[in-house]
Amino acid sequence: MKVLCGIGGSDDSFRALDRTVERAAVANDDLTIAVVENPDSSVDPEDVVERAEAAVAEAGIDAEVRQVEGDPGSRLVEIAEREEFEEIVLGGGHTSPMGKITIGSIAEFVLLNAKTSVTLVR
Amino acid sequence: MSDRRYPEAIADAFPAPPIEFTDREDRAVEIRPYEGSEAGYESLVEMYDAFDPADRAQGIPPGGETRIREWLDAILDEECLNVIAWCGDEAAGHATLVPDGDAYELAIFVHQDYQRAGIGTHLIRGLLGHGQAEGVAKVWLTVERWNRAAVALYKKIGFETSNAESFELEMGLRLNEDPDADEE
Repeated sequence: MKVLCGIGGSDDSFRALDRTVERAAVANDDLTIAVVENPDSSVDPEDVVERAEAAVAEAGIDAEVRQVEGDPGSRLVEIAEREEFEEIVLGGGHTSPMGKITIGSIAEFVLLNAKTSVTLVR
Repeated sequence: MSDRRYPEAIADAFPAPPIEFTDREDRAVEIRPYEGSEAGYESLVEMYDAFDPADRAQGIPPGGETRIREWLDAILDEECLNVIAWCGDEAAGHATLVPDGDAYELAIFVHQDYQRAGIGTHLIRGLLGHGQAEGVAKVWLTVERWNRAAVALYKKIGFETSNAESFELEMGLRLNEDPDADEE
């Protein structure tokens, strides 16, 4: 399957990265990792790219890691449409000190606007 | 997170527990702070184990006893403030303040057998009274925007919406003067 995994540096996005890379190694997915600018993340995009490349190398798969500028949600949807991805994978939400899960604005935008299936990784 | 917004005005005084009242079903209910007793802990496990899954919000309370105990271990920590609504020796409801930087995150749960009887209002006021007495300055919460009953309760208490851009509404309340207000 042709999979687009969007990550911005939050904890849940790294969990999504690891699980998607793992799955790609088993299922032979055609995986692209898009590093987006998440305004809620304190991690530098360069470091996120490095983290993604390390995960890909460790899994021994052939996946592209791409830095994407501009509004994260709309860029992911646009890339998925233009390049005919079949699925978009994102982090499953931020967990508060209380244990409450909140879905961020990027995930909300992608869920409502993508034409592909969207997976949120828990 | 430090970029959350709160009302400028400090909320009115809330009553500190213990608080006794009769609910709308004529049941005697008492709200007391949780002070680390094992019996209190086990009563909460029992309440959450029997909690209607339809009343879960944003993933809590979790399902299954093991995960309930893990979650309770975190939110009943001594850094947190907890109050329980007791009907006899049965936990009817529970409300908690969990520290998050310079503020506290609030959540409240009432077992389905005890809902729509006015317990939630007493419970949240009792929790905020407990927090006020303990010097808590700022409280925030998130609530699913379709949960109108909960949103109405929080507004009635004095919470103001601080962020409405996501699936969940974020609301804030100021209980006491900020200790570092001079720095702002």
